[in-house]
Amino acid sequence: MIRYVLAFVASFIALPALAEVDIEEITTPGGIDAWLVEDHTNPFVALELRFRGGASLDPEGQRGVTNLMVGLLEEGAGDMDSRAFARATEELAASFRYDLSDDTVSVSARFLTENRDEAVALLRASLIDPAFDQPSIDRVREQVNSVIRSNQTDPRRIAGRNLDELVYGNHPYGSSLNGTLDSVAELTRDDIVAAHKAALARDRLYVSAVGDITVEELTALLDELLLDLPAEGAPLPGQAELNLPGGVQVVEFDTPQSVANFAQPGIKRDDPDFFAAYVLNYILGGGSFESRLMQEVREKRGLTYGVYSYLADRDAAVIWMGSVASSNERVGEAIEVIRAEWAKISEDGVTAEELADAKTYLTGAYPLRFDGNAPIANIAVNMQMEELPTDYISNRNEMVNAVTLEDVNRVAKELLSPDKLTFVVVGKPEGVMSTIN
Amino acid sequence: MRKFIACLILGLAAALPASAKDQVTTFTLDNGMDVVVIEDHRAPVVVHMVWYRAGAADEPPGASGVAHYLEHLLFKGTENMESGEFSEVVARNGGSDNAFTSYDYTAYFQRVASDRLGLMMKMESDRMVNLRLTEQDIAAERDVILEERNQRVENSPGSLLREQKNAAQYLNHPYGTPIIGWRNEMRALDMEKALDFYKTFYAPNNAILIVAGDVMPDEVRALAEEHYGKLPANPDLPERARPQEPRQMAERRIALEDARVAQPYVTRSYLAPERDSGDQEKAAALDLLAEILGGGTTSLMAEKLQFETQRAVSTSAFYGGTSLDDTTFGLAVVPAPGVTLQQAEDAMDEVIATFMEEGVDSEQLARIKMQVRASEIYARDDVGRLANRYGRALTQGLTVEDVQAWPEVLDAVTEEDIMSAAQELFERNNSVTAWLTAPEVTQ
Repeated sequence: MIRYVLAFVASFIALPALAEVDIEEITTPGGIDAWLVEDHTNPFVALELRFRGGASLDPEGQRGVTNLMVGLLEEGAGDMDSRAFARATEELAASFRYDLSDDTVSVSARFLTENRDEAVALLRASLIDPAFDQPSIDRVREQVNSVIRSNQTDPRRIAGRNLDELVYGNHPYGSSLNGTLDSVAELTRDDIVAAHKAALARDRLYVSAVGDITVEELTALLDELLLDLPAEGAPLPGQAELNLPGGVQVVEFDTPQSVANFAQPGIKRDDPDFFAAYVLNYILGGGSFESRLMQEVREKRGLTYGVYSYLADRDAAVIWMGSVASSNERVGEAIEVIRAEWAKISEDGVTAEELADAKTYLTGAYPLRFDGNAPIANIAVNMQMEELPTDYISNRNEMVNAVTLEDVNRVAKELLSPDKLTFVVVGKPEGVMSTIN
Repeated sequence: MRKFIACLILGLAAALPASAKDQVTTFTLDNGMDVVVIEDHRAPVVVHMVWYRAGAADEPPGASGVAHYLEHLLFKGTENMESGEFSEVVARNGGSDNAFTSYDYTAYFQRVASDRLGLMMKMESDRMVNLRLTEQDIAAERDVILEERNQRVENSPGSLLREQKNAAQYLNHPYGTPIIGWRNEMRALDMEKALDFYKTFYAPNNAILIVAGDVMPDEVRALAEEHYGKLPANPDLPERARPQEPRQMAERRIALEDARVAQPYVTRSYLAPERDSGDQEKAAALDLLAEILGGGTTSLMAEKLQFETQRAVSTSAFYGGTSLDDTTFGLAVVPAPGVTLQQAEDAMDEVIATFMEEGVDSEQLARIKMQVRASEIYARDDVGRLANRYGRALTQGLTVEDVQAWPEVLDAVTEEDIMSAAQELFERNNSVTAWLTAPEVTQ
């Protein structure tokens, strides 16, 4: 069987499936840039909008205002209150999702061809003319408070928040985008209106559409939908300074399983060594069963259900992060194993076979991502935010394949630093002492 | 407004040249293995799944968690492959793989380039019959599932409450036992228990093959015959007859207090009928009832408890119609600050009473049905989800025809159907009411 499999693989290595995605770049008369993938198979369109800035635009003393604002976008617009807006959306069987991250406000819309104009009119009202009426503000504020309270006793959330606080300090990344019970209590309608103007502006907008729509139709749609947004929004925040002292911070919390999040400095998406680091991370802890961390922590020792690492390229910081959860008695051992693997791969590098396997996986898996209107729209808008060209899709696998063993091992030595690897452990971990205050 | 809706619906019906059914081909191999092929040729991708008609509710008493434990162990070695090699080969071919276990099924899947389908079948058919475990596999993987239980259940008071609520809901049926297993029984799982379950249930005549994506049915048939067709059927496959629920005669109430609870809530579940083959009407009515009562901003609970009054932060209703045996219908209310759980529960009952008195809002029902119809268009964009839909149905007593009839059955539900389903459902003797609370803080 083993030999058979190898032969089988060898015969296909030369022919990885190709991602065939035909992207048209358009600019509307009103000056909106967008990427379109026309596909008339199914009679609907997936439309993705991104506004750079996100929760990091919260003004000083108003933490949580962008989050509250985004939560209110679906709560009524024009002369419709929350329920009228929801009923109208249901009648069209459209769906509009409004999300927030530290760096982005995202709007994901899906609507049928047959009632596209009505759906776009609704979406437009929610973006341009949201009601922000006081009853809705009060109601959504209570929902946010409920989330804040729940997060306070969720070990995963506590670990995430404490690590952010330690690493980013006073930068917006250092605190929860939900805000605190106190900061959210203070937010007024005027604050929310200002946050809306600050975040949803055309100078930070990225657009993609996939599905049953032509260039002409999309061009008209986008000008209608977006031209009445303000031309300019609030200035984007500056870079964060990272504090990664190495060591462990224990946050006492009474629960049977400890959660440990960890981090060390990362690498920028446009760094020439990015792909080497990306391949390296896949081998170290990239989420598959084959990663070294999964093999050592889970498969060999049964210390966890899951352990992983990832490269986070955020607008204001780059960082290499990971997470593990292990019962209080055993989490100390899990942390030791992770540290040891970090040091080992940094010193000894990876093998040629690991590199070849990683490339086969990464290049083979890439085309599988393009399997539906919404996933393609999502990829297309993210590519624009990362300033990648449309032909990146056809060239990306070559860039992965160009990574050499020397590259990976050099990057492992230069970039992975067990000394800076910083853990926050939440729980009652046995035999694990805080070395960071 | 009503006329507007009617036009839209007519328009939509006309705009549906091809429904999701046209994508689906089914056949059965000589050894009894059912095959479903779902075509979508837009990307060179295929999802290959094998579903077994065996899940946690098929476990022998005392071995709770063994179905899920075995699912983990299937990634260990076989006579032909080393431990871990399965996922390694999938990854080396640019694919990803995983598995999941529920009460009525265990399923294994890979997502991979469509020209690798034969290799996936070769490996999946191999581990259906050739599993070889070592004591080291058994010990390490038992620790892994205990950590999985820690992560999913022990670390979450809400999950602990759900587990206790299910146990109280089912007096006799194994749906009252958690899928992942009770901790004390998980610790005692061993090689023998795992292999007993494997030998009893893992056979082609107890499995369903689902292939979705860029494939032709003929090509799938040829590959399936080559790899799965040669496996012998298990002549001793037991009938799936689980202990059924007796008549329930007393309502149950439970309360879980945990210092980790930051947001208390009340939830109630009622024993409810499931979708049965050729007889899905009542389940369809309950499905729409859940939407009407708790399906978001325009639902009745949201209207009464979040908009007209501000007694709840959020509300929801849920119904799991796809199930082999009796299922549940649930409601939940997260109270606003200053509202007690008793007040929240009373408010929930008030909504039910109002609904039983006033009946269905026909405009709301029309909106829900519009969404049901549109969901068939959206579903065609996601073959992975379609594959799951068929897998869940076929392992839970339904047929391909039932799955394809479901949208029409939903569409045919009348206001009277919903009211009579609700009338039967809301019988407190069949229910469990559960409170999740934090201990009172003493100054």
